[in-house]
Amino acid sequence: MERTLYREIKATRRVWELAAILLGFIAAALGVFFYVEHHGHIVTGMNNQIVWGLPHVFAIFLIVAASGALNVASVASVFDQQVYKPMARLSALLAMALLIGGLAILVLDLGRPDRIIVAATTYNFSSIFAWNLILYSGFLAITGAYLLVQMSVGMPYWIVRKVGLLAFVWRLALTTGTGSIFGWLVARPGYDAAIMAPLFIAMSFAFGLAAFILVTVTLCHLSGRVFGPLLMQRMGRLLAIFVAAVLYFTAVRHLTNLYSAEHAGFERFALVDGGIFTTLFWLGQVAIGGIVPLLVIFHPSFGKTPAAPVVASVLVVLGGLAQVYVIVIGGQAYPMELFPGYEVTSGFGDGSVASYRPSLPELLLGLGGVAIALFATGFGAKILRILPTSLSDANVGQKR
Amino acid sequence: MKIPTAKGADLSRRDFLRSGAAVASLTLAPGVTLMAFGGSQAHAAADAGKRWGLLIDANKCAADCSACVTACSDENGWKGAGNPETDAQWIRKITLKNKATGRETTMPMMCQHCEAPPCVDVCPTGASFKREDGIVLVDKHTCIGCRYCMMACPFKARSFVHEPTVNQKSHAPRGQGTVESCTLCVHRVDKGIAPACVEACAATGHEAIIFGDLKDPDSDISKRLAQFPSLALRPDLDLDPGVRYTNL
Repeated sequence: MERTLYREIKATRRVWELAAILLGFIAAALGVFFYVEHHGHIVTGMNNQIVWGLPHVFAIFLIVAASGALNVASVASVFDQQVYKPMARLSALLAMALLIGGLAILVLDLGRPDRIIVAATTYNFSSIFAWNLILYSGFLAITGAYLLVQMSVGMPYWIVRKVGLLAFVWRLALTTGTGSIFGWLVARPGYDAAIMAPLFIAMSFAFGLAAFILVTVTLCHLSGRVFGPLLMQRMGRLLAIFVAAVLYFTAVRHLTNLYSAEHAGFERFALVDGGIFTTLFWLGQVAIGGIVPLLVIFHPSFGKTPAAPVVASVLVVLGGLAQVYVIVIGGQAYPMELFPGYEVTSGFGDGSVASYRPSLPELLLGLGGVAIALFATGFGAKILRILPTSLSDANVGQKR
Repeated sequence: MKIPTAKGADLSRRDFLRSGAAVASLTLAPGVTLMAFGGSQAHAAADAGKRWGLLIDANKCAADCSACVTACSDENGWKGAGNPETDAQWIRKITLKNKATGRETTMPMMCQHCEAPPCVDVCPTGASFKREDGIVLVDKHTCIGCRYCMMACPFKARSFVHEPTVNQKSHAPRGQGTVESCTLCVHRVDKGIAPACVEACAATGHEAIIFGDLKDPDSDISKRLAQFPSLALRPDLDLDPGVRYTNL
């Protein structure tokens, strides 16, 4: 067995090519930002009923995945699983990068992004949104410190553990905050549920680990480093547990709603006749993002190949995006009941499902956020000693 | 840049900017000052002893009449570009059909000026605020356009300004990329005049909207509320709206 050595990835031609592609997406997102800033949100598909659109789907996915990506580091230093330790630095870096990517989308989509300083200095403490700004900045600071103590030569390990514990607790608070952005919206039948917070935590575990597996595989591939099949298989099994947890919380959420007549209308919309939302729920979230990854990981033969966790991770990411779409857009599309016992109609879509067609600018803005996260991760791995020279099965778990 | 002041002295541009709120009250109409600056300025004209409200009599509201909507649009300078999904709609007409009997009624729908407004709770910067007299407003200077208030409002009463604004009224400033809603014509109320929708409805002879002080037991609105059954929207949320409906 060898000692874990961390080295910067080399700037090969393929690394440059990938960086150029990511920079292209970032440039496109910036172009969209100026375009929307100039013409107003009229050039997007968002409207006064679907006020948060595709950019927010990407942003929330990235923010949720960010806290989950930190889990690999938490498993290493908080739960003392030696095999995860060589990946803890990358885990912290990816967590910060994903959060920055998600926040960038949110900021660039604001109606008045020039007033970001107002958001940073004027707080309304009764707003969960304002609390989230504190949770996000705190996450970046604590995770940055966590990365720093991990990388500092001669740092006593108990300090790494303490900072890791703080980061772990903070990340749970952060995802609780993100889930509560929706859970605390009392007016809308698609939200207004305390279970949103634990559901989002389970989602973060799954999305974050899937993102971590995909990024690590890519970085190892780009830099010609080994990612041991046994280690991958082990991470795949962990992913399966998280995926099952998402399915569990989803089932509890809908079963609870189904029990109450008050929510029958929304449940019918979500599960039976909600058109695109119903399709995305069953096909996207439940099948592609839930059941199929479980079948892939636990398949008696394919499940043992290194491709299995990668395929499962891709499916979890796709299913996760579908899930966030259903939560964010579906929750807004379903009409709110103004007068119980009456059918309400108006020229402003009262009483009917709101229509929404995502536009190209929104997609480009969302993909730009993903590109920011990936570019920042790659850049970090290029200039810092983040990635171990080998993640072979023989090599894991040697360095404390 | 030299700007003449009330005293006749000249100010440099820097002095002008430094003087802040005081300048705004010199250069803009009083109604603007209220919405432009949060905190004490915004509450300056509000009387904590009052709570302004509306009582809407659905029986008197004519299905083919939208005088209140037109009056609000004219008064406050918001006008649709023909797309109801993205146009500002400070007030809209809704039609109610009783599921059991099939009877139809129409009525106007606008910001309900809640005593416990969810939009104010969720606003990250405090741009959404409630005056001491119960009027819920948006401070256009601190709204960052995040639209979380629109997610939180149970009545879809708020609009996001999707396009560059034209024909603004000095007493009702609007801004692309910010959120807006019914101000209960705060600029008129502070001068002792009823909101434009109330005036327009009365002019048609329908008199379906009554405006008044809910805290004053002798006001017309309070007397009617005490005398006849009325409804607050979404009573399950316990928001205590300032707008009430009757005769559905």
